[in-house]
Amino acid sequence: MIKDPLIDYTLHLADNVLVLGHRNSEWTGHGPILEQDIALSNIALDLIGQARYLYQYAARSLNEKGMPEVTEDGLAYHRDGWDFKNCLLVEQDNGDWAKTILRQFFFSAWQYYFYQQLEGRKDKELAAIAEKSFKEVSYHLRWSSEWVIRLGDGTEESHRRMSDALDQLWRLTGELFVPSSYEKQLVAEGIAVDLPALQPLWEQRVADVFQQAGLTLPAPGWQQTGGKEGKHTEHLGYLLAEMQFLQRAYPGNEW
Amino acid sequence: MVDTAKIWSLLEQVNDPEVPVLSVVDLGIIREVRGESIPEIVLTPTYSGCPAMDVIRMNIRMVLLSSGYHDVKLTTVLSPAWTTEWMSEKGKEKLKAYGIAPPLPLQQVCHPGLFVREEAVACPHCNSYHTTLISEFGSTACKSLYRCEDCGEPFDYFKCH
Repeated sequence: MIKDPLIDYTLHLADNVLVLGHRNSEWTGHGPILEQDIALSNIALDLIGQARYLYQYAARSLNEKGMPEVTEDGLAYHRDGWDFKNCLLVEQDNGDWAKTILRQFFFSAWQYYFYQQLEGRKDKELAAIAEKSFKEVSYHLRWSSEWVIRLGDGTEESHRRMSDALDQLWRLTGELFVPSSYEKQLVAEGIAVDLPALQPLWEQRVADVFQQAGLTLPAPGWQQTGGKEGKHTEHLGYLLAEMQFLQRAYPGNEW
Repeated sequence: MVDTAKIWSLLEQVNDPEVPVLSVVDLGIIREVRGESIPEIVLTPTYSGCPAMDVIRMNIRMVLLSSGYHDVKLTTVLSPAWTTEWMSEKGKEKLKAYGIAPPLPLQQVCHPGLFVREEAVACPHCNSYHTTLISEFGSTACKSLYRCEDCGEPFDYFKCH
């Protein structure tokens, strides 16, 4: 694979939304009630749609750099775990409804501020994808924020489950604000978003929602990173084994 | 030069497969028709994950092919992002007659404010404003689900975007 910071950055953003979109799609047919099953499936569709634009862009860039055989499907289905650059948060298993909701809330809040910034950066393709996606993410953020509050401020059981989810996921949120090697160069060129600058906005949003949800914001502590550089938790391998099965077993198959 | 007026009128025959009363022109997703030798149609998706887009692209090719346009270029643009403000008035009337509440002229829900007041959406069946939001996400990405408290019918609302 060609090493190019912009292509790596595009793949990182694509992998984020494909992996979370796939995780959400695992709920299709299993949601707690029909309306929320539909809601999460709709969010999955939005995210996978965003992933397609990003993979198409990455594939075009790779084609221009002398890899004419690369396609969006190839990037999604024929790369291995260590090639994926998604952050660790999105690949975590679904757990219960509380964990799925909290994961979505953390990520939607990040996307909300991230896309706003990306819209004004120099790469026209990424800016256009950000402009389009931002409108969809606004819905996701509102929906997931309301669910965090509903569960956190709900029954004893729902509060306990939300607190457990927080224990499991909090240590994976720091990675959202740590620039990878390919991002550092692009920030200087005015292409990538300056992640540390987003952190206070994200934290404020999380604190506001947690306050309404009766949840305690954890004290700053150790944060796990590595996903953006291809070092993943055990969960990604299982996800890829299922998501990529068909194209691995029958390459190029269509229906 | 391509006869753009003719292409526009042909595009009126291409419907959204998920909301078949709306043409792609009514929906506001055709941004431009141009071209010197072959027609180029510039279109924009409603939502990133809308599965109808691939079908729409194919249907555009089919309709143009049946009028003798063998070679057609379809270009997708994402910016400026599609908004329900681009839906034609005629399209909104057709939606309502079909039983789907059309988008309101003013955007009220496209911001992340929590537990915002539900939009006053009129029931497309009995015109009552005594309606309740059931779910912000409906049968397709572009719709949410409401219920009319007067006539008791559930209905889709083509949400502001």
